[in-house]
Amino acid sequence: MTVLLVFLGAAVGAPMRYLTDRAVQSRHQSLFPWGTFTVNLIGCVLLGGLAGAGTALPAAVYSLLGTGFCGALTTYSTFSYETVRLVERQSYFAAAANVVVSVAAGVGAAAFAYEAVHALVG
Amino acid sequence: MPEEPLDPDVDLRDPVQQRELVRHHVSVLGVIALGGGLGALARYGLAQALPTETGGFPWATFWTNVAGCFLIGVLMVLVTEAWSAHRLVRPFLGVGVLGGFTTFSTYAVEARNLLRPDTVPLAFGYLGGTLAAALLAVLLGHAITRKLVPVEVAV
Repeated sequence: MTVLLVFLGAAVGAPMRYLTDRAVQSRHQSLFPWGTFTVNLIGCVLLGGLAGAGTALPAAVYSLLGTGFCGALTTYSTFSYETVRLVERQSYFAAAANVVVSVAAGVGAAAFAYEAVHALVG
Repeated sequence: MPEEPLDPDVDLRDPVQQRELVRHHVSVLGVIALGGGLGALARYGLAQALPTETGGFPWATFWTNVAGCFLIGVLMVLVTEAWSAHRLVRPFLGVGVLGGFTTFSTYAVEARNLLRPDTVPLAFGYLGGTLAAALLAVLLGHAITRKLVPVEVAV
């Protein structure tokens, strides 16, 4: 059952990443990977909130939305690959900014959502 | 030699990728969904096999992300430089399987969980360690594949 929920959540999350990435890219011309940044940030907020709900959240919902959807919506492979490509293109500032901003914003957003939901539920 | 895209998921600067959704939206989104589901199951399986203790280093996510980064490095050399890849190979393996396998959200939430007075150094070690290993893994995947696979010469 858990396996099915993880699969289903991810089967929605992965195409959502692709579609969001396309939608964001079509709205800007800069080299900064805003599309990947956007999906990763949204996923961090969602997963932080789900984790903050703790045991108030049924395990099945966490498998579907957390492990499945958020896990597949966000990506480390694309994030790393884009950073390496920015370095190869000698866009050092964009590469460094991508790393610092993605990690700081991702952890910050996850922590904020966790605390907010935790306070509401608890 | 064709230049590798900036974004391995989809790069709208590439006219072929710009059009792929319009012309083949059912097959493109279908293989991404299937690949994403399979990648997530592999991640779930690894997390079950290597459970993280409270306050411990999240090795399962670490290895998931580092392995996924190595493989995206391999894949992107193969699909852009070495093979005349089928149009669904990148969406299935890159966007789907590897995107579904690796995760940024779990990485962020696990780092948050470690941001407690006694494990703050571990939180930063996890954040920086994953980052460094992941970037090196992409470079290693690139370098090994370029060395082993003859590059197709454009005529």
